[in-house]
Amino acid sequence: MKISFVLNGEPVEIDTQPDRRVVDVLREELGLTGTKESCGSGDCGACTILVDGESRLSCLMLAAQLQAREIHTIEGFEQLGRLHPIQEAFVEIGAVQCGFCTPGMTLAAADLLNRIPTPTRDEIRAGLAGNLCRCTGYQKIVDAVESVAARGRHEAHSTEEDR
Amino acid sequence: MKNEKHDPATEDRSDFGPLKGRSLEIGISLPRADAYGKVTGRERYAADYYGSDLVWAAVKRAGVPHARLKSIATETATALPGVLGVLTYADVSGSNRQGVVRKDQPVLVNDKVRHAGDAVALVLAETRETARKAMDLITVDLEVLTPVLDQEDALLDGAPLVNEDHADGNTLLKGEFRQGDPLAAAEACDVVVEAVFETPRVEHAYLETEVGWAQVSDSGNLVIVVSTQTPFRDRMEVAEALGLEANNIRIIAPYAGGAFGGKDGVTVQSLLGLAAMHARGRPVKMWWDREESIIAGTKRHASKMHYRVGAKSDGTLHFLDAGLSFDTGPYDHLGGVVMTLALEHGGSCYRIPNVGLRGRAVYTNNPIGGAFRGFGVAQVTGAMEQMMDLLASRLDMDPLALRLKNAVRRGDKNAAGVTLVHSTGLVECLERVSRHPMWTGRSLWKQSAGPFTRRGVGIAALMHGSGYGPLVPDVANAKVELTPEGTIRIYSGVVDMGQGNAATNLQIAGSILGQRAEQMELVQPDTDRTLPSGSASASRCTYTFGNALIPAAKSLKLRMLQRAADLVMARGPEEMALIPGRVRNMATGTDIPLARLAQFMDASERIATHRFRAPTAKDPVAVDEQIRLHGFPHTLYSYAAHVACVEVDELTGRVDVTRYLAVSDCGKIINPQIYEQQVQGGIAQGIGYALSEEIVVDQGIIKTPDLSTFIIPTAVDVPPMESHAVEIHEDTGPYGLKGVGEIATNGPLPAIANAVADACGVRVFTNPLTPERVLEALSRAHSHDGGSA
Repeated sequence: MKISFVLNGEPVEIDTQPDRRVVDVLREELGLTGTKESCGSGDCGACTILVDGESRLSCLMLAAQLQAREIHTIEGFEQLGRLHPIQEAFVEIGAVQCGFCTPGMTLAAADLLNRIPTPTRDEIRAGLAGNLCRCTGYQKIVDAVESVAARGRHEAHSTEEDR
Repeated sequence: MKNEKHDPATEDRSDFGPLKGRSLEIGISLPRADAYGKVTGRERYAADYYGSDLVWAAVKRAGVPHARLKSIATETATALPGVLGVLTYADVSGSNRQGVVRKDQPVLVNDKVRHAGDAVALVLAETRETARKAMDLITVDLEVLTPVLDQEDALLDGAPLVNEDHADGNTLLKGEFRQGDPLAAAEACDVVVEAVFETPRVEHAYLETEVGWAQVSDSGNLVIVVSTQTPFRDRMEVAEALGLEANNIRIIAPYAGGAFGGKDGVTVQSLLGLAAMHARGRPVKMWWDREESIIAGTKRHASKMHYRVGAKSDGTLHFLDAGLSFDTGPYDHLGGVVMTLALEHGGSCYRIPNVGLRGRAVYTNNPIGGAFRGFGVAQVTGAMEQMMDLLASRLDMDPLALRLKNAVRRGDKNAAGVTLVHSTGLVECLERVSRHPMWTGRSLWKQSAGPFTRRGVGIAALMHGSGYGPLVPDVANAKVELTPEGTIRIYSGVVDMGQGNAATNLQIAGSILGQRAEQMELVQPDTDRTLPSGSASASRCTYTFGNALIPAAKSLKLRMLQRAADLVMARGPEEMALIPGRVRNMATGTDIPLARLAQFMDASERIATHRFRAPTAKDPVAVDEQIRLHGFPHTLYSYAAHVACVEVDELTGRVDVTRYLAVSDCGKIINPQIYEQQVQGGIAQGIGYALSEEIVVDQGIIKTPDLSTFIIPTAVDVPPMESHAVEIHEDTGPYGLKGVGEIATNGPLPAIANAVADACGVRVFTNPLTPERVLEALSRAHSHDGGSA
């Protein structure tokens, strides 16, 4: 089945089985291994992608559901060769350890900041509670998201600083 | 399809993103060198290796805990279109046995099934789906045997044997340590407290489950890319199990997506190697899904611990007697070593003149017990630190004062008979806690609990030994190169599974050689390129490898300065200085770019190596040679004091940790950010261990095989954590450092248990402290309060 969608800003058409899991399509057919799989059952959030700007679990989505959607994976999160402010904060503040939860966590944080631009720490914790991390204890992840919110940079990424 | 063979080596990472332009100084919070590749999704983990013409390998598992293998019928599965082969033990040419100490775990079961996760057959197929279908078509004929399910029953006369060839029956290893005269000492105590503790079997739950990729090259060499903590040891194990020469095997270990001890030893390696040997040169991938990871992977040992501790009326510890029993499952793995480290830490960080410790690791048909961050110390610290609170309560003493009174100081002998000749900062940790508002303000905080809520504050003092103990050489071999392009390339010998040692290596070598991140490259462990440097475990990574890396980098630096001095006819290297990208003649101000300098050096001169072996304890401690071989005792210990504040819901029994404090003595700090990561992550894992994590096993079958039944902390379950370091310089450490990787994991169980007891007035001796257990204890306390008398 042919499926057309927008992937990281570029229109793509793939020919695949409609019932393939999106995480497999991304990793195995499109070579986008930044999207990780960890539980395969929607418990951990490692395979989070953005579908029309909202976070979704690519291990629970089938290929046919990509049709006409706008998909963002971690590979498309940098803009014009520059880290997204959330990525920058994760690196600077030390929210990355083994890094296997990081792509999903980063995209979940983006979704959270889209919905709640200046969340409290409790709101950040609640917003990321679907994404498991076994290394960090979450504190530096919360610090990183909070710092992005505080600087109000998450929306103004490409405009503010290029001015 | 054309069979293309690529060099599967990890990309030598030289783009460190935001680290660009920064000086690599010791002691500052630099962003981690690995963070950029990971946050952009570029970093290739073992899970991310595919390649064209890929074959998928999958394992048929036993599903029963104890049975004799009669036959395996593979014909139907083999005939399924898309199946390339079904392999059994008959296809294994080597010993078919794996293990770190005692080699007792089969690659594929040949005689007996010893736990439900045992591998029985290996399927090679074009797709994962086909492999799964094929597995259902394999018929395994088993004669079911009575399983050994309880570690005490396992030792009864007539109990079925898990490993018939083991001389000590179902006792894998037992050990004993005595100091002073514990029998007489018990009588001489003013107070003796006694308790029995049980801790659960726990899953590591790393996000990247066990995974690898393998291929037999045109020259017949087996290449395995794998998520592992132990590439050099893996190579030997795979060689022996599969009947290959070790130097025909190359193991490549990219950044691992978490490990925590669960990848200390072979997981997919031998199976993958076997599959690759039957894949006619095609690459093979094996990736355990979450359920398989939980069923087949190792676990933190379930323990039963019987403690008696006695003191004089002034609180001076006088006596300890403890019996420790660990359920190690059917294979040694690292069970004997885990039990031995528990034995050494049984009396924790106190001066106790009279000690009797007995430990045993018991074979059962339960899941395999193995290494897990904390490594036996998490269990015994959980028990001993609760004993200290029980004792404080009996003596009517402040629990912190009791600990301070007995805390080891440099020059003391600890409870394992080790003279503490290295930095010993426990007293400083405890004193720092004693001045902290979380401790000084605890009465007021507890009094202001809301309705139906009880508050409590608990403390735990900790120690954790680092390295391999007295006999097994704890060695690292560092290698640093000035490349022809003029960059500095570090060959890391120890895996980075997330702990940040690769970044620390960059910081160390960059600092010594005066280079910034953009002049540096990092090579991850690869048995063909990097040098053997031991496991990523035992709180040893940066201590041991750092101690090898510093002299290697200094040696390269001197060689570079000398050659540069010769080139410009300077008097000697003292007139030359390394600056980013260049060597400068300080007398004339002229610079030589490093790429140019490299042209004047032979390849053999551009590489410097250095070997370091960690120091060992010299005390003639009273344990037998087997126990010494398994690592008893250590000489270098890290210390910490932890405080947990909890709220207990009287109506539901739910425990919430509201704040957490850790003060640690892990020596001086190379990168405060990475140090904090280790402490915070350790605390979070410890909180899970204390409150929610338990692998439930019924009749040898795991009932919690996924992350919706095995509950690890989420972002809402971990409280704000405060981490302080006392930063005492350890003379033997690189830049004064000691190990920080494990110790924090050991604190939350006792600190939280003590806090819950403080809140409720009763203690729960079985972990995790689930709402059911706490509610039951509360109602018990309530009925006592109500008093029917």
